[in-house]
Amino acid sequence: MLPRVLRGGAWRRVALVGDSAPATVGVAIILAWVMLALLAPLIAPYPPNASDLSALAHATPSRTHWLGTDHLGRDLLSRILWGARPVLVIAPLAVLGAAAFGSLLGLVAGYRGGWIGLVITRACDIVLSFPVIILYMIILAHFGSSAWNIIAVLTLTKAPIIARIVRGMTLDLREREYVAAAKMRGESSLYIMLVEILPNARGPLFVDMCLRTGYNVIIIGVLGFLGIGLPPPDPDWGGMVKDTYGMMMVWPHMALVPCAAISSLVVGFNLLAVGLRELGLRD
Amino acid sequence: MTDAPLLDIHGLRVAYATRAGELTVIPGLDLSLHEGAALGLVGESGCGKSTVALAIMRYLGRAGRITAGRIGFDGRDLTTLDEYRLRTIRGRRIAMVYQDPMASLNPVMPVGRQLMEVPIAHDGCDAERARERALAMLREVRLADPEAVMRRYPHQLSGGQQQRIVIAMALIAEPALLIMDEPTTGLDVTVEAAVLELVRDLRRRHRSAVLFISHNLGTVARVCDRVGVMYRGELVEEAAVQEMFSDPRHPYTRGLLECLPTLGRDKQRAPLLPIPGQVEPAAVRGAGCGFASRCSHVELGRCTTGVIRLAPIGASGHRVACVRVDELTRSAPRPSVTASATTTARAAPMIAIHGLSKSYEPRRRFFGAGRAPVRALVDVELEAARRRTLAIVGESGCGKSTLAKILGGIEVAAAGAVTLDGVDIGTLPVDARSRALKRRLQMVFQNPDSTLNPSHTVGYAISRALRRLAGGSRAERAAGVAKLLGVVKLSPEMAARRPRQLSGGEKQRVAIARALAGDPDVVIADEPVSALDVSVQAAIINLLNEIQATRGATLLFISHDLAVVRYLADDVAVMYLGTVAEFGSVERVFAPPHHPYTEALLSAVPVPDPNAGTARIVLDGAVPGADEIPRGCPFATRCPRRVGPICDDTPPPVQRLDGGHRIACHIPAEQLLAAQRPS
Repeated sequence: MLPRVLRGGAWRRVALVGDSAPATVGVAIILAWVMLALLAPLIAPYPPNASDLSALAHATPSRTHWLGTDHLGRDLLSRILWGARPVLVIAPLAVLGAAAFGSLLGLVAGYRGGWIGLVITRACDIVLSFPVIILYMIILAHFGSSAWNIIAVLTLTKAPIIARIVRGMTLDLREREYVAAAKMRGESSLYIMLVEILPNARGPLFVDMCLRTGYNVIIIGVLGFLGIGLPPPDPDWGGMVKDTYGMMMVWPHMALVPCAAISSLVVGFNLLAVGLRELGLRD
Repeated sequence: MTDAPLLDIHGLRVAYATRAGELTVIPGLDLSLHEGAALGLVGESGCGKSTVALAIMRYLGRAGRITAGRIGFDGRDLTTLDEYRLRTIRGRRIAMVYQDPMASLNPVMPVGRQLMEVPIAHDGCDAERARERALAMLREVRLADPEAVMRRYPHQLSGGQQQRIVIAMALIAEPALLIMDEPTTGLDVTVEAAVLELVRDLRRRHRSAVLFISHNLGTVARVCDRVGVMYRGELVEEAAVQEMFSDPRHPYTRGLLECLPTLGRDKQRAPLLPIPGQVEPAAVRGAGCGFASRCSHVELGRCTTGVIRLAPIGASGHRVACVRVDELTRSAPRPSVTASATTTARAAPMIAIHGLSKSYEPRRRFFGAGRAPVRALVDVELEAARRRTLAIVGESGCGKSTLAKILGGIEVAAAGAVTLDGVDIGTLPVDARSRALKRRLQMVFQNPDSTLNPSHTVGYAISRALRRLAGGSRAERAAGVAKLLGVVKLSPEMAARRPRQLSGGEKQRVAIARALAGDPDVVIADEPVSALDVSVQAAIINLLNEIQATRGATLLFISHDLAVVRYLADDVAVMYLGTVAEFGSVERVFAPPHHPYTEALLSAVPVPDPNAGTARIVLDGAVPGADEIPRGCPFATRCPRRVGPICDDTPPPVQRLDGGHRIACHIPAEQLLAAQRPS
């Protein structure tokens, strides 16, 4: 007999992921990266910032440096492992922030409507129509680049997308009879939005959050590439590409390895999103 | 008629691929249909009626598969034909009409072109000839001004007109077999009567065989000459239509007839007897009779082992699949009913509505003048007496749901007064109502799939209502949930379930329990049974009736189904286009003199009696749009008893007759009585 927690509905729903091939592969990729990041202090062969100048002569992958070294002789494998840590913290946190903030905006815009709804939707449209890269550069240049500032910027720019999705679903869900029943027993608007409507929007919301996490991984890479990501010398996948892409002709592996790391993580989140959508359609 | 049947299904077995493996939904079906004959298939939803139709069309989709048997059609076996040969049969020799006409028509193509496609594709007609045939067909389905209709797009036609187009499209290729799957289910009762009339007439003229699928025994009686009753994928009884209704033999057939409200039944004299339980899923099929688990005559052993086949009884081709058919008495004795004496004394009404009006302003157009406002309610006068059931009937768009929304505080009145026990609530939105007032008036909604929040358990839904409306500690609420579930005849274990684990009837019971949480004085039920199967419908109606009687609440029952209203109501208000056409006690409204609209509605109700004949009055045209409503009587455009220009120009006077009976008509009540009294 399984313990009570594992028999619950939540566990059964998580176990459903096994029913979808893309979701299973996606979860496997993501979990693999999470494990590698967690175990980085134990399994990384070298400290991430230690230069091995003797290796510089043979920067390509070898028995001592499995993925080779970068232009400063730092072990690429160690840097990739350590570099997974900030990405796997920042990307999901930023999505959670965007989901919380965006859901609230979307619920209010959809449920209340009127001029409040109009102001919220227009504000979201303005943020969405702004060239985001320039927005990132302005904000991060002004406030300085740190993990918290990156999370804040990503939350701000992704929330309008979530808000739009939640607003659309709210417009539909607020017409349901259970919402009318809640009104008739005198529930507050906040209760109706958070308890009656939001839980029924979670399917598409989860799918979008997975996609959004993947996109955030790319954006964190782009910020690093533009030099406004996490400050050096700690390893950052985007920053690693920036430092070494000029040597692409000589030592392609220095830029390609972090690129592959970014891609694989993004593919993992996309596959999970595809799988979740598939499972959602089936129920 | 030739001896060989046109359609000869033998040992048909259909299975669907599911996550749990292949599931047989039709275990073995024998059926035959002769040229020009009409067979009705009836049964509750989930009994495999539509699957049979799709199997004949070989249109089961990717999951469905015919695993055994043959479908003989015109001497060929449809189960073995390849796609190419099937194409020469589908649409041309066998045509199908589905339930939802909007889904069968292409929204971006004028209906004329869609009609012309059929002869062009199947008979290689040129455009000119196809056009002639399309026009002729439109005349046959009695659409006014066929030339204009040809140019219209589907959304420019009413539901009844759309269904006529779909029927025209099916018949234009002169098919030998016409399959109709619930063709009138979504239509208003007067439109349904007209469409059924049309099917009867076309069948005579075209000599097509018809397979008519319906959950409504009344519509089948109007169109078919034989009826097959299906239960869980099996034919349990088949007989000529007269015999089926006069001498039903299978317990399931009898159950279906017992739970069907008709115009002749009311709650005092002939209570509905619902079939206990619900259709079990195909996965739990055991040996023996599929109906055994719900049958009151079940005998363990004989009924639950082996295979029970259809066996002929009598000489007229009556077949029944029941091992006890010879032992069962022909007509089950009705339990005697102690008629609860209804209070006829008229105290101050619980709800009084006076001069209530409400209209919706359409969005202003960017260019040009604004459109006429939509009049949802015009000067409505109604009273709902204490401890009685007031039914509000009418077709879609008559304003009955708007009335319910105003009472519930979801909309507010534009003019007039709505009082609940003397307190004016007409302009009081629900947010502005006191907790005591909210407690006194609760609602049961129409759609079982949207009435409960899919994210919440049954227990949470009821307990939350208790907390808001009745208060009490956590333990008291838990006890209250169990008690309310008992009131609606559900087991307390149901509290842990989520809505998607419930059947439609169970969801509606939970919704009723939720509405009863605060022990309300008034329960408004907006079409609470219209989405349910007949057997389930009967149980819910009985439940509402019982609750109304034992709790002494006032029940406001909104419905389009006159048979249900006749059964359940004490008082009736008939509404048309936002006005009350007739109001009075149920006995008076259902007996002459009637308002002409009530008269038309009554004659349109499909009666499960093949001898009832055709509808006496078939209303032409559709309910007029917002800008076409005459200044006088709103019913003037369709009224079969229209007297002259006075109907168009002057609003009809309200004639007050004995016993509070009111009719809004220019024709004096004595004249109406004389014209309507059965000769």
